[in-house]
Amino acid sequence: MASATEILAAGNAQAVADVSVETQLAVERFLYRQAEIIDEKQWDDWLALFGDDGIYWMPSEEDQVEGDGEPNVFWEDTYLMQMRIARNTHPRAHSQAPHNRLCHVVSNVIIESEEANGDLIVRSRFHCAEYFRYEVRNFTGKYRHLLKKTGDGYRIALQRTDLVNREGPYEYVLQWWL
Amino acid sequence: MSWTTEQIAAMVEPDRAHRKAYTDPEIFDLEMERIFENTWIYIGHESQVKEPGDYYLAQVGRQPMIMVKDKNGEVQVLYNRCPHRGAQLCTARKGNTGNNFYCSYHAWTFHLDGKLESMPAKQAYEGTNLDFEDPEFHMARPARSDNYRGFWFAKLSEGGPDLRSHLGESASAFDQLIDRAPGKETEVVGSCFRMVQQSNWKIFLENQLDASHPGVTHESTGKSAQQVEAKIRADGKEVPLELSFLSDFARLGHDGWTKFGTIGFPNGHSSLEGYMGLRPDDPDTNEYVRRMYAAYGEEKAEEILAVNIHHMLVYPCNSVQPPLQQLRTIRPLGPDRTLTEIWHFRLKDAPEEIYRRSLAYYYLVNSPSTLVNADDLFNWWKCQHGLESSAREWVSFHRNAGQDIEEGDKTYSAPDTMSEMPLRHMMHAWRDYMTAEKEA
Repeated sequence: MASATEILAAGNAQAVADVSVETQLAVERFLYRQAEIIDEKQWDDWLALFGDDGIYWMPSEEDQVEGDGEPNVFWEDTYLMQMRIARNTHPRAHSQAPHNRLCHVVSNVIIESEEANGDLIVRSRFHCAEYFRYEVRNFTGKYRHLLKKTGDGYRIALQRTDLVNREGPYEYVLQWWL
Repeated sequence: MSWTTEQIAAMVEPDRAHRKAYTDPEIFDLEMERIFENTWIYIGHESQVKEPGDYYLAQVGRQPMIMVKDKNGEVQVLYNRCPHRGAQLCTARKGNTGNNFYCSYHAWTFHLDGKLESMPAKQAYEGTNLDFEDPEFHMARPARSDNYRGFWFAKLSEGGPDLRSHLGESASAFDQLIDRAPGKETEVVGSCFRMVQQSNWKIFLENQLDASHPGVTHESTGKSAQQVEAKIRADGKEVPLELSFLSDFARLGHDGWTKFGTIGFPNGHSSLEGYMGLRPDDPDTNEYVRRMYAAYGEEKAEEILAVNIHHMLVYPCNSVQPPLQQLRTIRPLGPDRTLTEIWHFRLKDAPEEIYRRSLAYYYLVNSPSTLVNADDLFNWWKCQHGLESSAREWVSFHRNAGQDIEEGDKTYSAPDTMSEMPLRHMMHAWRDYMTAEKEA
């Protein structure tokens, strides 16, 4: 069976699937809710967005097609996500004092492909402002989600996040997913 | 003000340094002149430029440099500046420039060794003082460039020691990056991570050998990693070995951190002994050791694997972690801004899992989403702001001061301490560089 990264790599990132209005709305609702969850720091809800093997991926190179075994800005399964949540919310996480604030806007939602079982590849764009240490930093880029349809809504099998300035240099670091 | 040699020398005492060494813009300019543009500075590894025309940009002090592979397969180090009107010749950070360098302003072209090749309507230069053979009209070269086993450095001023003498025993960091490979070669993995520290470059170097900070700074990381390890076990799964890179911060405890000795070498270099579980008894490590024995013989392989370094600081620009194949180089941008480039190397013919283990360290500790350095960078930023205050004029390096052990040209920290010896050692080297008589 193809891995999630192989499925994304094999997809046509310019395709536009002819999906129902209901599907389009459900996907947009899912992406907007994901943005709200991270902005509001609802970490149990964040973890619940991902399937058991779900991965959050931010490549470090433009032409990167695989994350496994490669240098990445992010490559996290749900255990590493739990590690990040535990660390960033720990009372001795000095660099999270004061906590940052995030504000996402997600748009340009295009469903790229729809499988017979309801699985989808979705492209979108985002802008995120981060308020940290009394300054605002801005991040912009694109998402590509591989969503699995379950009896209980969609689950993320793979989320690829490409920052426009992925190569850096990064001013300070990224402590949360974008 | 203009700093006199006497004033600069007075900024460093045996157990403390003046805050202005970290904050003053004029001191920063003098550092660029007397340290970064005067001693050997890391450019890059030969594996970054494999084919003729491959180039990579680097910064030495305030000078933009290019490392390029020429047509003969030799690495050349050149200034990234057209001798005509000063335009930079390469703007992309890396790439292949083809058979020559081409200036986008007036189409002057240069051979890959920097010699002037041609320009349009060149008869206009007949009878002028422009001479194609005169280096004045070639891409400028650093006073010296040289490599140690494929690791390239440049020195922008004449005189002083050759590269090998400058490196001294710190060269073992580069030996280890190569010799730990069963295939006896190493190469960079992908490109480097680049992060800007909003703090003075010396604060970073000092932190690397400061054994008393990890248990404090990284407490949240260590404890959280222990929680996640427990959860993975509760789920009936095997805990990935890499998580110990994080949980070690909580596991070691105060006494644990006193076990790692530090050594100061001539020219400001210094080392901290290794502390992470680098030779666990697992099938992948055992297969790696087997390959090392096959490549080198048991005795030599054990000698290589016994070298115990967590960080080797190659003053003033490198922090190398040989057992994990990580190399950081710093490019100071201002008194309160420092660019770091962080590289990961792959050991030829090591098992894939050994590569992945060091890749995990590269990700967890050194990537832009680091779960470790986020707190370091934040501390350094806070130090930088604090040092701009005149509430106190001095930075304290008193931990175990007066107990350092001098042997030959080396200085050892007192045993079973988290001594600030390396911090004192580096500031004393800084004073020596900053106050040295300019060589004729």
